[in-house]
Amino acid sequence: MQLIAFYILSTVVLLSAVFVISARNPVHSVLWLILSFFTAAGLLVLIGAEFLAMLLVVVYVGAVAVLFLFVVMMLDVDFVELKQGFLNYSVIGGIIAVLMCAEIIFVASAVGAGDISNFDPSPGADTNAAALSNVLYTDNLLLFQMAGVVLLIAMIGAIVLTLRHRTHIKRQKVEDQTARHRGDAVSMVNVQPGQGIDTSDSERGATS
Amino acid sequence: MMELTLGHYLSVSAALFTIGVFGIFVNRKNIIVILMAIELILLSVNLNLAAFSVFSGTIAGQVFAMLVLTVAAAEAAVGLAILVVYFRNRGEISVEDVNMMHG
Repeated sequence: MQLIAFYILSTVVLLSAVFVISARNPVHSVLWLILSFFTAAGLLVLIGAEFLAMLLVVVYVGAVAVLFLFVVMMLDVDFVELKQGFLNYSVIGGIIAVLMCAEIIFVASAVGAGDISNFDPSPGADTNAAALSNVLYTDNLLLFQMAGVVLLIAMIGAIVLTLRHRTHIKRQKVEDQTARHRGDAVSMVNVQPGQGIDTSDSERGATS
Repeated sequence: MMELTLGHYLSVSAALFTIGVFGIFVNRKNIIVILMAIELILLSVNLNLAAFSVFSGTIAGQVFAMLVLTVAAAEAAVGLAILVVYFRNRGEISVEDVNMMHG
């Protein structure tokens, strides 16, 4: 039963990965990517790595894939034109891909045939999440904090890259508004009877 | 009936990695799909780490997989930000025309 589930899930993962790279429309690519991540999470649940599986769903499907979707929909690009040259590279790419896959599976089968069979998704604890947290917050505390710093720097970098100040639009300047004095806006003019006001004088008073 | 082994997971991971690399090769012009192929490669690495961790009974691989996940999220955010800025400056995202850096 476990093996049947594995074959179904892995088939879906590989097929959706193929559709990710071959879909004509990038929006469809992102949707196939979401399916691929979801099914990979299923594969992880199958061997008992539940926390990592849920993390995969939350981080990849919830954040990264939605980010991709936003960017794909925001960019106004002719994607059909970008698809040209697909066949030119597919021959050499296919040769390299087959070679690489054969090499990796050769090594993996050599390793996998070894005696690695003490199956335990949560060593030393009741649940997978408890086992992870036992080491994550003690032995690997520095790594955990560093991961947070990496995320912070990436966030600041993304904001700095995409922030732009448009010059031609009017926006509210609160500091200018609160720093305004009475003398900047209003000028007292002693108007003599029958003479009126010197307009250049009042103009300057209004604008300064 | 056969049992689920490490070899199964390593094979799926290898195939996923290869599909990701192949995706970078064939989508030379479309940088969005290249970024997605990189995500696929990182997913296969995560699968590999988690499978090794579970089948060898040590938790360290899953901690590493979490770190890889962190870096993948950061990479996607910064990569897409660069892509948006590039599109804003050039009006198109064709990778082959990226030559603003050579004088």
